Amino acid sequence: MPIDKSMNVLIVDDYKTMLRIIRNLLKQIEFHNVEEATDGAEALAKLRSGNFGLVISDWNMQPMTGLQLLQEVRADAKLRGMPFIMVTAESKTENVVAAKQAGVSNYIVKPFNAETLRDKIEKVLGHA
Amino acid sequence: MHETFNSGRGEPDPFAPELRERLADLRARQPQAEPELVAEVVKAVLTTMSGDLNPKEVSLLAEVEELGRTIASAKQEIAALKVDDITDSHIPFATDELDAIVAHTASATHSILESCETLDAVAESLTGADATKLQDATTKIYEACSFQDITGQRITKVVATLKTIEAKVAHLVATFGEHATSHPLAGAGADGSQQTEADLLNGPQLPHHAMDQSDIDKLLASFE
Repeated sequence: MPIDKSMNVLIVDDYKTMLRIIRNLLKQIEFHNVEEATDGAEALAKLRSGNFGLVISDWNMQPMTGLQLLQEVRADAKLRGMPFIMVTAESKTENVVAAKQAGVSNYIVKPFNAETLRDKIEKVLGHA
Repeated sequence: MHETFNSGRGEPDPFAPELRERLADLRARQPQAEPELVAEVVKAVLTTMSGDLNPKEVSLLAEVEELGRTIASAKQEIAALKVDDITDSHIPFATDELDAIVAHTASATHSILESCETLDAVAESLTGADATKLQDATTKIYEACSFQDITGQRITKVVATLKTIEAKVAHLVATFGEHATSHPLAGAGADGSQQTEADLLNGPQLPHHAMDQSDIDKLLASFE
């Protein structure tokens, strides 16, 4: 099934530089409709008021973390099917297990390369 | 000696009646003083001075006295270390320096990304192999720029560690030092009984401890 690259993608990270990097990498793989949020709470508000096809979120943010955002998304009747990729420097087994138990669609560890990002997006959206 | 056991200074002497009784007993047995008797009297006096302490208690008393000397010595050593300099100057200086590193690398990364975005715009106006080559190069620059996020998180961990040391030193000074300060201990109260999300947030792992993407892919696949 071809991936609709015109979909809105929400990227969430408290590092502005990281948002910029991900936005540019997405642009290179032809995802041009990208919105940004700098923490889970802002992201959740945008998700509830907008129309997004994919969330790419960091974990370690305040006041709402990426894991809490994921739990909110999975608990929300309208959002629970949203493809959700965690992109984080947290690489311990217990982190991956906790994210999976919360319903993460895929997990990318920082630092990552463009190929990994492309591959995970294709996997997640291919299964969506 | 006599004065020690006499209430001549007006202070109550709990040992005086017993001592007087022993002396009276000795005097009754031997009106003429002899060296052995004098030694016995001295021994009786010393026994009275240490009260009813048994050998174990005397040993414990000696240990307590030794502990007191150790604490006094530690206090002197802490004072000599100028620990106030650690909390007032050294650690704040180190954390400021680390904050400056984060700010400078962020600024440099911003400049690199700006240039890279310009190159990307040029690549869009090109076609063929040159466009591909240029875009591959900018992709690599974008990937490399994520170092700023990683180093920022590592430095944040170091700053948190320094602040913990600062709080511990302050606590040590408050306990032993002359110039007590009252910084609260960072992280106090965590009972560790149950893992919380905060326990999961450790930031980037050192390379020899970290799982790479293939390890994570395998772990995720194990859930399928």
